[in-house]
Amino acid sequence: MSNPTRRHFLGTTAAAAAALVSTRLAGRAAAQTLAAPSADPLAIELANEALNVVRGAGATYADARVGRYRRQTIQTRERQVSGVSDEESYGLGVRALVNGCWGFAATSTMTRAGAQKAAQEAVAIARAARAVQRHPVELAPTASVTGTWMTPVKRDPLEVPLEEKIALLIKANEAALRVKSVRFVSSGFQLLREVKTLVTSEGTNVTQTFIRVGPYFSATATAPGDFQTYEHETAPRGQGWEYVESLDIPGNAERWASIAAERLTAKSVEAGQYDLILDPTNLWLTIHESIGHPTELDRAIGQEANYAGTSFVAPPDKTIGKLRYGPEFMNVQADRTQESSLSRVAWDDEGVPADQWLIIEKGVFKDYQTTREQAKWIESLTGVRRSHGCSFAESWNAVQFQRMPNISLLPGERDITLDDIVAATDRGIVIKNRGSWSIDNQRYNFQFSGQVYYEVRNGKIVGMLRDVAYQSNTPVFWNAMDMIGGKSSYWLGGSFNDGKGEPSQVSSVSHGCPPCRFRNVTILNTGRKS
Amino acid sequence: MTRDEARALADRVLALSKAADDTRVNITSEWGGNTRFADASITTSGGVTNVTVTVTVTVGRKRAAASTNVLDEAALKRTVDLAAQLARLSPDDPELMPELGAQKHAAVNAYIEDTANLNPVVRAGAVQRAVQGTGGGQIFSAGFLDVHAVEVAVATSRGLFAYHRTTDADLSMTARTPDGTGSGWASIGSRDWGAIDPAEIGRMAAQKASASRNPQVIDARPYTAVLEPQAVNDLVPLLANALNARNADEGRSAFSKAGGGTRIGEKVCDERVTLYTDPADPDLLGVPFDVEGLPIRRTVWIEKGILRNLAYSRFWAQKQNVQPTGEDIYNGASVFAGAGLKLTGGTKSTDELIAGCEHGVLVTHFFYIRSLEPRTVLFTGLTRDGAFLIEKGKVTRPVKNLRWNESPLLMLNRLEDIGRSEAVAAGRHMPALRIREFNFTSLSDAV
Repeated sequence: MSNPTRRHFLGTTAAAAAALVSTRLAGRAAAQTLAAPSADPLAIELANEALNVVRGAGATYADARVGRYRRQTIQTRERQVSGVSDEESYGLGVRALVNGCWGFAATSTMTRAGAQKAAQEAVAIARAARAVQRHPVELAPTASVTGTWMTPVKRDPLEVPLEEKIALLIKANEAALRVKSVRFVSSGFQLLREVKTLVTSEGTNVTQTFIRVGPYFSATATAPGDFQTYEHETAPRGQGWEYVESLDIPGNAERWASIAAERLTAKSVEAGQYDLILDPTNLWLTIHESIGHPTELDRAIGQEANYAGTSFVAPPDKTIGKLRYGPEFMNVQADRTQESSLSRVAWDDEGVPADQWLIIEKGVFKDYQTTREQAKWIESLTGVRRSHGCSFAESWNAVQFQRMPNISLLPGERDITLDDIVAATDRGIVIKNRGSWSIDNQRYNFQFSGQVYYEVRNGKIVGMLRDVAYQSNTPVFWNAMDMIGGKSSYWLGGSFNDGKGEPSQVSSVSHGCPPCRFRNVTILNTGRKS
Repeated sequence: MTRDEARALADRVLALSKAADDTRVNITSEWGGNTRFADASITTSGGVTNVTVTVTVTVGRKRAAASTNVLDEAALKRTVDLAAQLARLSPDDPELMPELGAQKHAAVNAYIEDTANLNPVVRAGAVQRAVQGTGGGQIFSAGFLDVHAVEVAVATSRGLFAYHRTTDADLSMTARTPDGTGSGWASIGSRDWGAIDPAEIGRMAAQKASASRNPQVIDARPYTAVLEPQAVNDLVPLLANALNARNADEGRSAFSKAGGGTRIGEKVCDERVTLYTDPADPDLLGVPFDVEGLPIRRTVWIEKGILRNLAYSRFWAQKQNVQPTGEDIYNGASVFAGAGLKLTGGTKSTDELIAGCEHGVLVTHFFYIRSLEPRTVLFTGLTRDGAFLIEKGKVTRPVKNLRWNESPLLMLNRLEDIGRSEAVAAGRHMPALRIREFNFTSLSDAV
């Protein structure tokens, strides 16, 4: 629990904090964004063809998704390009609910015959499932919608000339190699454009175009018998090329590379208990793992038991409104409307409009992440009849299921910064960027590291450390949080490739937070040699 | 997709790329059928068919790739043109190797018709048998049956053509006791569905779940650990990155020699350790070529504890004047992914390894493993679905799950005993191991 002698920070409401954040980000995403494309007529035709087949076979609900995905990857090392590739994937996925059971089938044969065959297979799979089904699936209501939407971007990254992208990376690498002892640099981009049309048997017909950019940069410094790598936290975003330009990777590369060199001579940490000051570039991933995943409702009721695991936030009737996650000033918001975020949509993969809601309010667990099927399971506990709109499939060839929305720790009311937290700390460690991350299958025991660590003594940073990892238990850790940064120190991190489900699917998700302090956290030294 | 169909498709693409200096076509044709279940009910299941064509075009010393799954003439031409355009826009690649000409590839029969025909009704029946295998009652079961039939082909404008088809089926299941204090897991994979007994997987998972109820607290510290074959399979393949020859030569690998060069020829672990890749091994049945069409042959990475080979790309092999081992068919994700991996073992069962343990911990498998320190191949992770205390050669009680910080390489230097190697997944054979001083570091409340 929080220390009574610390400064007091009042919790903010979700709506107020969200408004603050949105306003700040909205200022950057000014006008002149590209217009959302409308649906490809063939996509609509084939989706309707598939829906006709499944309706005729007795499906009580069905949806057909047509996706056209383009992913461009550019990789460089030192002064050369090590790979350029451009992938296109196009196809149709059909999901049918027959006798209360789901069936899904997908095809890349984009003809009427191909759509019919996939629809028939989806029905056959649903019928086969009937023999092994305890409870029929029921869906929460949602109004039918039609429309188009596109990630607001000024420049579609796939339309930026390749030479320009390569030149930016090589310039960055050249700058990094100016640092003495830095011998290796790698940098690159993953650039995505996804066009997705969803047509449902209930009348929904929406087409969305998603743009995402994922830059990366790392530098390795070597010394006899030693090497140290620094990866900068160039957060992927649901934004256009203008975001990449705003990072000024070439202008920062030398400074970033020098951190790798500095790590070679950093002091190895002395294991023990420290006050931990986590920069948002590190804390976003801790939020993802210790709040994002445990509050997925399918995990809580056991549907992920064989793969990603279950959750300590269970069962719902014993945790909703009851489980104390952290201090009073802790408010965690799920938000599929957040600007620049990776999981922003207008509608999810069931046609449910994007939602924003509190997962944790004033330190107490409030609600899970849900799809239409799941909303019914906890409606009596939350009073929420609608799905929170968390249905997502990684591609046309994968079935949609519950995936994480953007989940963020809202900033505190007082606008304090990382420097303020350092100044208030006697003996601590500041950790920046993601390093290694691992957490158990119910999300209790975790161990994370970063890319750069600073020792804090008597309110000042006194030097760099190495070989650091922090290990804790989720409820203990969040209840040890006693300082939280304000809105000006809020930063949005994220992951391009969050895995879940069988077969495993990836999704992209963002997490925002300010810097925070956690009291008396176990620090390990990872530098063992035998 | 038959060999002839794959060749015809490759020829169509190569004909569209006549203007290029070199062209490579990679084709992956896949059917997948899966059935997922939880709480004794099928939750999501699906079937997917897809064919992806990747075209890699070389213009002078420039190279780029584009791929599509739209196979009409217009889309294939667009993809070839895009690859050529991306290549022309790229800077010269100083490491570019010419595409390969005709090669001899081993014929590996890894395609089992019964596996390729596992329809939704048969899969649902298998799930039912797995659930029934738990013995019914209040055991909560969740699992996944995943079946694939895949054809891969590589063709180049220099006359190379390679084709391979494979099937695999994997069934895994987690069983949890109704009080939430016990969890068990079992998993098996094979090219051949006939080798999989769903009821036995259900029985094993349920037995582990019951045995692991009410786990006890023990001190988190190094213990002798008996790792079941599935747990060994979670750790040993992590050596893949360290086995990259270039990283070793560049001084950034555990197999880099102090002062330069690699540790090939040095003893790097216990002499009972032999680790190899061999697509033609009947226990592995891997893909006999890599993404460039280079034949993948038997490669012994570690022989009787001595580092014999590292993974050499064609470029790095030429630079170092050695034979290339090839890269992975699935594009470098891991050198072992397509070609298979076997850690040879002895003759003992896991029970015999337990019987030889005075005091230790038995591990079913591991979870959430992440790299901590590449210099020592150090990773962190946790035990999952059953950890047990061993006292005087017997499993005496379940213990809480444990986090560990350990290196598969350093661990293989603390080998006490090795079991017989067995199938753990399609293309993977691993024995149980008994490891001294396995570095457990903290307890987990997770069940």
